[in-house]
Amino acid sequence: MMTAWLLLSQYAASGHNGRDRQLTSELSKVPPEARVRTNPYEGKQDAYLAGRKLFQRHCSGCHGKDAKGGKDAPDLQSPPVRDATPGTLFWFLKNGDLKKGMPSWARLPEQQLWQIVSYLKSKN
Amino acid sequence: MPNYLNESQIVDLVEGIEVTGSTLKGKMLTWIHHVVLPIKLLFVLSLVFSMARIVTAGEGPYFVTYNHHMEEPGSLELSLSPVWGFPGITSNFMGVSAEIEYGVKGWWTMEFYLQGQGTDGQGALFTGYRWENRVRPLLGEHKINPVLYVEFEDVNGADRAFKEVVGHDSKFDLLEPISAARLTAEREFETKLILSSNFRGWNVAENFIAVKNVKPEPWEFGYALGVSRPLALAASPDECRFCRENFLAGLELYGGLGEWGEFGLRDTSHYLAPSLAWQFQNGTTIRVSPSFGLTSPSIPLMVRFSVSREIGGFTHQVREWFR
Repeated sequence: MMTAWLLLSQYAASGHNGRDRQLTSELSKVPPEARVRTNPYEGKQDAYLAGRKLFQRHCSGCHGKDAKGGKDAPDLQSPPVRDATPGTLFWFLKNGDLKKGMPSWARLPEQQLWQIVSYLKSKN
Repeated sequence: MPNYLNESQIVDLVEGIEVTGSTLKGKMLTWIHHVVLPIKLLFVLSLVFSMARIVTAGEGPYFVTYNHHMEEPGSLELSLSPVWGFPGITSNFMGVSAEIEYGVKGWWTMEFYLQGQGTDGQGALFTGYRWENRVRPLLGEHKINPVLYVEFEDVNGADRAFKEVVGHDSKFDLLEPISAARLTAEREFETKLILSSNFRGWNVAENFIAVKNVKPEPWEFGYALGVSRPLALAASPDECRFCRENFLAGLELYGGLGEWGEFGLRDTSHYLAPSLAWQFQNGTTIRVSPSFGLTSPSIPLMVRFSVSREIGGFTHQVREWFR
């Protein structure tokens, strides 16, 4: 009984961990010079509020209203996002991962991308 | 067009054409075609729009120019885009395109159009369809982002969508009554090289167009250039309909470049078109743009309008219906 429970819980966790591993691998493609960029809006309450608004408008359709992820999109409160630098998230938002389904958000001005980063980092 | 008529000959020719719109019946038909049909189409589209559960933002202010921003994968965008033309030398017209845009992949967007038109005093008709594909060969964001565009269109000679201007397209083509023009089939392959860049909130896009009719006719060439920018780069913290970041202003320049063996600007139409887009929180975008003809073969004024709605996660929703 104990073995069955352990196997089941391991199976349930493997999907989540698999997605985390995939996200970690995707974030690892971000060039080093982009990772060290700092968020010009860091710590600003207005940027967090604007970022929340932008997230609801552009991202929540796939990642969920609370950024907990959807069927085809990862949890943005997971360790890989929590541990990523603001520059890493900014680069990933701008470039996307078109092969894996993450669109490029280069259509948004950089200021708005940084505001979304502010919101994501505050969630973590 | 090898031999042009001069302006006075054209006026004589137009005056000689029997204009049926002067009768009461003709005016009624014109009213029905120009007012009732678009309202019906809007009603049908609004029903479809009301089905949208998850939505994201719409697109930029361009009508003719394409940039490198693709539809999000699995998302569907529905648009209705009328264009009113005031050629001066013949009857005014309204062309209409109903568009369905779908993000197949992050790097591949497909679009399907149904087109029709109504001309003052000459009635209205369905003119055909077009099917386009846009592919981004480079996946990341670069200084210049190329997109390859391939389209097939099957329209008749009465089409007035003016989604692009190529070859020696001119206002004099409109002199042929639509009852005769509709008998000409125009089955064409259109290719575009789209180059687009983002810099400090600005988008700059250049399109080089080459069109080939399936009949043994020469290649026709054209171009479209566009520049656009949101009115504010940073978003405001509050929910607001009239915030400056919800508005995008743009300027387009487009026209024909002649054809194979006769490449150049001689006897070609060119247009300058300021444009404005207004994006709503719910994914609806309204766009408007007057186009001003710059050369003598150009239509002096066209006014474009578009309302579109994006349905995010459309594929996911459809999958849920059949589960």
